[in-house]
Amino acid sequence: MITVFFLILFFIFYKGLKNSNIYTPNLSIKKDIPIFEAKLFDSDNFISSKKIFKENKFYIMNIWASWCSPCRLEHPFLLELNNQKNIEIIGINYKDKIENAKKFLKEFKSPYELIISDKDGLISIEWGAYGVPETFLIHNGKILKKYVGPLDINSLSEIKRFIK
Amino acid sequence: MRYLKYFIIIIILFNFTVVNAQNKNLESKITKNLRCLICQGQSIYNSDSEFAISVKLLVKKKLNEDFSEKEIYSFLRDKYGEWILYDPQFNKNTYFLWLLPILMFLIGGAIIFKIFIIKKN
Repeated sequence: MITVFFLILFFIFYKGLKNSNIYTPNLSIKKDIPIFEAKLFDSDNFISSKKIFKENKFYIMNIWASWCSPCRLEHPFLLELNNQKNIEIIGINYKDKIENAKKFLKEFKSPYELIISDKDGLISIEWGAYGVPETFLIHNGKILKKYVGPLDINSLSEIKRFIK
Repeated sequence: MRYLKYFIIIIILFNFTVVNAQNKNLESKITKNLRCLICQGQSIYNSDSEFAISVKLLVKKKLNEDFSEKEIYSFLRDKYGEWILYDPQFNKNTYFLWLLPILMFLIGGAIIFKIFIIKKN
């Protein structure tokens, strides 16, 4: 009896050893998009999330900053996604200086239909993000997939498969 | 009448300081129980990472909006999962963790009982 108990205990702890001890976010989550109100990047006006996302349309929500070097790496992939017909890219400018962000967009071109400003990082928390860059694929008000870190050729083809 | 006016102002200021101090204490308590997801072994309270700074700000904002401690934990659990809490809640994933010490105590007691009491008799 005791042997069986300790064997079960051993098995549970052995299985636990294989679990990651760092934060691993749930990447394929069918969660509703958060409701928030945010300041627009290039004006002092505010916009509600309900006005940004429409039904039956795919959206990419990309959190970026001019000081984030991986954002430069993923930028060509965002520009390529921008050429796709049935998808709209929304940017969240994370804790950035507006002059630097504008310079960044001027240098690399903007793939964004709309950019909202997240000066204090609170909107990113609403999205469950914890750094930059992070990208969310959205359809019908739900988050279909979350990409932590810069987009690459694999994530790009996956997004293309989703929106086909 | 003039004294009464001063007295009321002092009372208001005193209350404001007390409420502020209480919120500050609760803020520290909450941020100490939140794990910084991008740091190794640091709480939100101890970390100065961008993520931790934003979470501290969020906790402050939620407290000002009269959110309770539980509601703040629940909000963050919804966004980041159980991992963000140092003190995990009792649910199907953690019941073994919570019950193990009691189980060990009972089994240990049973072993002692079997060895010493029953053998003695």
